[in-house]
Amino acid sequence: MTEPTIYELSSPGRVGVTFPVADVPETNLPQGFIRSDLPLPELSELDVIRHFTHLSSLNYCIDKGLYPLGSCTMKYNPRINEETARIPGFALTHPLQPEDTIQGNLALMFDLQEHLKEISGFAAVTLQPSAGAQGEFVGVSIIRAFHRHNADPKRIKILIPDSAHGTNPATSAMSGFEVVPVPSDARGNVDLVALKTACDDTLAGLMLTNPNTLGLFDENVLEVIKIVHEAGGLVYGDGANLNALLGITKPGELGIDLMHFNLHKTFSTPHGGGGPGSGPVGVSEKLVEFLPGPIVKMIEEGTEDLAPLYSLVTPKHTIGRVKSFNGQFGMLVRAYTYIRMHGPAGLRKISEYAVLNANYLLSKVRKAYHLPYDRTCMHEFVVEGSWTDVPDVHALDIAKRLMDYDFHPPTNYFPLIVHEALMIEPTESESLQTLDAFADALLRIAEEARKSPETLKQAPHTTPIGRLDELRAAKELVLCCWLPEETEKPS
Amino acid sequence: MFIPHTQAETEGMLKSIGVKSIEDLFSVVPEKFRFPKLDLPDGVTEMEALAEMKEYAAANETVEDLICFLGAGAYRHYIPAAVDSLLRRGEFFTAYTPYQPEISQGTLQAVFEFQTLMANLTGMEVANASHYDGATATAEAGVMAYHNFRGKRSHILLSSSINPQNREVLCTYLCGYENVEIETIGLDNPLQSNPDSLIPYITENTSLVVVQYPDFFGRIFDLSSLATEVHSKGALLAVIANPIALGLLKTPGEFGADIVVGEGQPLGIPLSFGGPYLGFFTTKKEYVRKIAGRLVGETIDVKGNRGYVLTLTAREQHIRREKATSNICSNQGLMALAATIYLSLLGKNGLRQVANLCYQKAHYAAEKIAKIPGFLVEKKTPFFHEFVVHCPISAATITERLLDNQILGGFELSKAFPNMENDLLVAVTELNSKEDIDFLVESLAEVSHD
Amino acid sequence: MNTPANLKYTKTDEWVLVEGKTATVGVTDFAQSQLSDVVFVEIPVDAGEELKKQAHIATIESVKAAADVNLPTSGKVIETNQKLADTPELINSDPYGAAWMLKLEISDSTEINQLMDAKAYEDYCSTRSH
Repeated sequence: MTEPTIYELSSPGRVGVTFPVADVPETNLPQGFIRSDLPLPELSELDVIRHFTHLSSLNYCIDKGLYPLGSCTMKYNPRINEETARIPGFALTHPLQPEDTIQGNLALMFDLQEHLKEISGFAAVTLQPSAGAQGEFVGVSIIRAFHRHNADPKRIKILIPDSAHGTNPATSAMSGFEVVPVPSDARGNVDLVALKTACDDTLAGLMLTNPNTLGLFDENVLEVIKIVHEAGGLVYGDGANLNALLGITKPGELGIDLMHFNLHKTFSTPHGGGGPGSGPVGVSEKLVEFLPGPIVKMIEEGTEDLAPLYSLVTPKHTIGRVKSFNGQFGMLVRAYTYIRMHGPAGLRKISEYAVLNANYLLSKVRKAYHLPYDRTCMHEFVVEGSWTDVPDVHALDIAKRLMDYDFHPPTNYFPLIVHEALMIEPTESESLQTLDAFADALLRIAEEARKSPETLKQAPHTTPIGRLDELRAAKELVLCCWLPEETEKPS
Repeated sequence: MFIPHTQAETEGMLKSIGVKSIEDLFSVVPEKFRFPKLDLPDGVTEMEALAEMKEYAAANETVEDLICFLGAGAYRHYIPAAVDSLLRRGEFFTAYTPYQPEISQGTLQAVFEFQTLMANLTGMEVANASHYDGATATAEAGVMAYHNFRGKRSHILLSSSINPQNREVLCTYLCGYENVEIETIGLDNPLQSNPDSLIPYITENTSLVVVQYPDFFGRIFDLSSLATEVHSKGALLAVIANPIALGLLKTPGEFGADIVVGEGQPLGIPLSFGGPYLGFFTTKKEYVRKIAGRLVGETIDVKGNRGYVLTLTAREQHIRREKATSNICSNQGLMALAATIYLSLLGKNGLRQVANLCYQKAHYAAEKIAKIPGFLVEKKTPFFHEFVVHCPISAATITERLLDNQILGGFELSKAFPNMENDLLVAVTELNSKEDIDFLVESLAEVSHD
Repeated sequence: MNTPANLKYTKTDEWVLVEGKTATVGVTDFAQSQLSDVVFVEIPVDAGEELKKQAHIATIESVKAAADVNLPTSGKVIETNQKLADTPELINSDPYGAAWMLKLEISDSTEINQLMDAKAYEDYCSTRSH
């Protein structure tokens, strides 16, 4: 089932898309600057269509089935989003056009800013950051800028719960902070005693994911935020799990000072095989002037006859630009379309059903899988992917065997605080039938683990390709299919 | 509206869970803050949403309504129909990051091919799976150089003729690092400097020197002597390159670059008001463990079939956590696919054709504009598809008047360099016809007569 | 699990062989079993460098993890093991022998006393999960 690479399919002299002859008089090319060879493949258009069509058939995708990936919120990607993003009036605008020629774009961005503010309870939003991780970087940078601005540069510590996503400590460290882990207690909440101990006058802030990666809403969230605020720190909310909170609570009202959104999670923009994402950041009033620009401001209110006038502005104490131009605009259009279709009632329904689905699924699988933190979950839950009576079977084996049941595995080995973790998030898109089928598969696999563990250990059996040798990949490091100095193409 | 549950199903599920109502599931949320009102307009149907979005779009003028000579980092190029047709396949755009390689070979092989194409295009040995855009790729070059010297070299040297947005983003990224000094040479008069102007400023404390090729003003310079000097001081050379130009021009690799980055938007990605775009990052094999971002490697499965996996993942955030050198989690997956399809469709011949058309048309435009009394064109240095026009009056006035003729005349350089009030950066691509160019020239002549 | 009696150990799984004024440093059998197949080792220090205890001396990468190796005791680097660059798997096959990482001249012998002996290290390892 191996698909050749574009270089293997290439045939010298074959031509794909061509262009007209120049309609202007010829100018000589600059001497000494012309490349001697251009090592690109030579394919016909049909070659290309077939090749990528074959490749596409090797992929699992939301359109095919459930992705129960915890903290990824793999909900359905509405087709209408693809239509609106492609409206020529959006797609054919250049980012540097004079503002009076792109008021439509600015109006949409402004309205999206306003919607995100209202949903989350923040005073201002930037749509600049390209992804969640970049949103986090912005958040951490704002924390640093805030303390410096207040002449408090000794605040160098960022507290991060041990259940946090890897981007949290990575972002803090790359921004020059000292990362201090905070343990979780037996109920999966931030350990208040440990938190209080860690909060001194060197505290810059706490990065809090709520609900956390165990899918649990912190039972002491108000106390946690109070403790950090009293020590002079800021609370950053990792908004990855916002799908549980739409219309349920506003992070800004709980006291969170700043938060990033993941438009590609909560707001249905497609994952695209690894991107593009979009990670807007919302902030409370005292942090507004630190946002990266540009952001959209309404500089003239509209009247009955005239539309409002919008402009791109850079906040006074901005941390600086984090991306070229105006953010992942095409993703902003998609997210805004989604939000407008839902409105307040629809948004709340999303979270209600995300949480209902997760709790239902949990009620079905808990008889076969150990649940380390036994309380009502939010939109996701974590179980252990191992059993004491079959010590040889690991979460990885369960994950691989699920593929034979035509499901994408849940998130493995994360969060780190649960042994052989399986983090499961169904999202509100999935029907009762799909949930039952998935629960059924998990229960069968639990049986197979006892009766025929080899089936799991050698899984997957029915996928386009079997388990891959990752060790070999890391040792041999073949990262290109063909480079010019090779005399023959590899087979 | 995308929620499939019926009333009966919901009731059954609540029973299974053991609660009376959905609200009960949220009792953990503090009562005072539970179920807030969202002061937003009510939701609408798909039909209404489409109409609403079209209304926003109608308040814009596009590069098809106007004749576009605007570049400065984003360019209007022809995108073959096959690109979007393939991108719209749900198996590509609704797929997740390929962490489970057995069911993601489509994505993984496409990225592997992308890596190969970008390495070959830039004359380097390895490429990663992409960054958010050219500016963040430039910032990652800075981060890589910093870690390469383990923080012992604090100086980063930038040319004033790199895209100002790249400079800004690099600065934003590196300001969290202790002991980093970013120096830009020649900001007061960027047209006076060239890559060799940086040479006197390189020291043994320099980790990275960054130039652009063609530069922000469209100019092409020989980078060999700069590269030699950079290396003699033990530093690294990063070149920000235009990928279409590389269809024609000698590669930065051949000049001696250590890192090549750039904006991949010209490769089959629509202008879309600035995003989503595509940052590419290529380098030499010896630095492969220092690169941020995802990497796809070739391997075999248990039966000996060739396959692809994400590799060297131990460098990344989800494993190294606070020791990771970058926090990057996503790449621009679908945009990298677009570029891969575009380059596959054009191939060796097509890309050269496009590059040549851009070059020819830009030079025709430059020649004609130079003949208008009062206008001077920067032509003494070779250029690719963009050039600077010194206007007799302010460039802002010029572009305003050109807009009356439905022309986007170019980028007012005073927006990036305060001393350049009368300077306009004009870009020409294969989509500008001779008639477009003649009309631009006519309009400029008209403006200067007034 | 192999824990040679003649070595000293740290909580972060480094071992030290003390021979007079010279110390040889590496990572333990427990460490290599946690990492599984090592694919890459980087030792970014040079002979002649003066380093303090806890200094970062190496990074070990396997497919699933990357670990930092920190110096158990201060001193001046005499030599680093060049073989590990080409054969990183030595860390798995011979962690106490051929996979030594660096040799140094001890500057503060009181620091050696703060390290664990073989029995203490074994006990410590048995308390750790999986």
